[in-house]
Amino acid sequence: MNVTGAYRYIVKPLTFAACAVPAVLMTLGILAATGVIARSPMDLGADPVNRLIHACGITALNLLLITLAVTPLRQITGMNHLVRVRRMLGLFAFFYALMHFTVYLWLDQGLDLKAVWGDIAKRPYITVGFTALLLLIPLAVTSTNAMIRRLGRRWQKLHRLIYLIALLGLWHFWWQVKKDIREPLLYVGIFAVLMGWRLWHRQRVKARSAPATAPGRI
Amino acid sequence: MTYRIPRILPSEITSPEIFLNRRKVLELGLAGAALGALGPMQALAANLPPAGGKFNAPRNAALSITDKPNSFEDITTYNNFYEFGTDKSDPAVQARDFKPLPWSVTVDGEAEVKGTFAIEDILKPLDLEERIYRLRCVEAWSMVIPWTGFPLAELIKRFKPTSKAKYVEFTTLNDPRRMPGQRYRVLDWPYVEGLRMDEAMHPLTFMAVGVYGQALPNQSGAPIRLVIPWKYGFKGIKSIVRIRFTEMQPRNSWQVAAPNEYGFYANVNPKVDHPRWSQATERRLGGSLLGSRAATLPFNGYAEQVASLYSGMDLRRNF
Repeated sequence: MNVTGAYRYIVKPLTFAACAVPAVLMTLGILAATGVIARSPMDLGADPVNRLIHACGITALNLLLITLAVTPLRQITGMNHLVRVRRMLGLFAFFYALMHFTVYLWLDQGLDLKAVWGDIAKRPYITVGFTALLLLIPLAVTSTNAMIRRLGRRWQKLHRLIYLIALLGLWHFWWQVKKDIREPLLYVGIFAVLMGWRLWHRQRVKARSAPATAPGRI
Repeated sequence: MTYRIPRILPSEITSPEIFLNRRKVLELGLAGAALGALGPMQALAANLPPAGGKFNAPRNAALSITDKPNSFEDITTYNNFYEFGTDKSDPAVQARDFKPLPWSVTVDGEAEVKGTFAIEDILKPLDLEERIYRLRCVEAWSMVIPWTGFPLAELIKRFKPTSKAKYVEFTTLNDPRRMPGQRYRVLDWPYVEGLRMDEAMHPLTFMAVGVYGQALPNQSGAPIRLVIPWKYGFKGIKSIVRIRFTEMQPRNSWQVAAPNEYGFYANVNPKVDHPRWSQATERRLGGSLLGSRAATLPFNGYAEQVASLYSGMDLRRNF
């Protein structure tokens, strides 16, 4: 099997299944919490709505960081084909971020749009999180092959928004923690490593190619 | 993880006659027989029920709400008790091996009666009762909990606080070996809380030693904790080892940790938001997935009984 076949029949389906696991677990959790099934591998506990909101948010952040890890991994391992699963990872991150907001809007706030708008306008951590979600929309919309072709070089420029989105998402996470910041700190640390690696790699590439492109030396 | 009630055989339970008269039995020189009969109950206090047993505490209906209490499982698996971890599911797991007995409480400060008292001696002269209170957490969720205990005022009277005693300060056990969460300095240990004297003497202010009629599970603040139903849950200090009467307002732990977010009074107030989130509504746990959000009431629904304590005070400044 060539690389294309391996991705189509093995890597992509496996990635899809792995990304869907949290959603399946949460669905089982909801069914157990509402008494439809007796037990579930995920117990939503005494505050199921809060647990769902948190689980969706954390999964979105996990997937955002995994998406951001694809480029460094390609450059380190030379496995350039890894880029073929990046779109799926990004779209799943968007899906969980959207679910995060939907659970908050529907289950937590009972579709009380006035209250939700009040939160978005008044609570900085929600403003930041909502901004990150809005910024994800153009990225999801332009993720098709046709859009990639149509936008050309502008596509890459647009999709650099992901760095800002991840930063806003982490900020949102950090800001709503009551006191124990160890978990958001870990996420920020991973994000810093991924971004730091990019900077370092760019410097290295620049340094290596600089003499060759210097004027007068052909 | 569910809290397991230890099984106890009927044959292991000491008869109330022998138990209540155990000192007399010992005095009569029947020490050997008495010890044998007491068996596994030796360590238990006069007013604490045997493991898995129930308190004999009638419900105080006048001071109880009529809402359906949350399940024992919900109450004992969703706890903010940073001494046993910062995740709300941590305490049920990390407090499992905690041994609350023997326990004593030190009383000092501006009072005539001071000293260190065994929990058995604290409870002995008291009549325990059950009260169903709503617990409103500062994180905007709430539960309904059947506590067993006694009014704090009953205890305070015995220590005869002096005229200088304007406040009462409470301290939680500080022992990182027994409370693993204290190995991480998320708060400035030990946990400290305080009340103004009139708040402490209010008939609603309750010292709990049980929940659902049985001894407090470790994760709920065994063996003795405070419950003030009109204040945010963090005022309800757990596993109390010290009660001090003071002239100055105590500095409670959450106020020390984040003075712009948590105050000394911490009265439930839908009009004064937490700087980061709204306090206007709350998620009432234990209901359905949808529609569990309800309006938060001033003083958590106890305004009629307690609002007068704060008349003339700016509750926006004294949050």
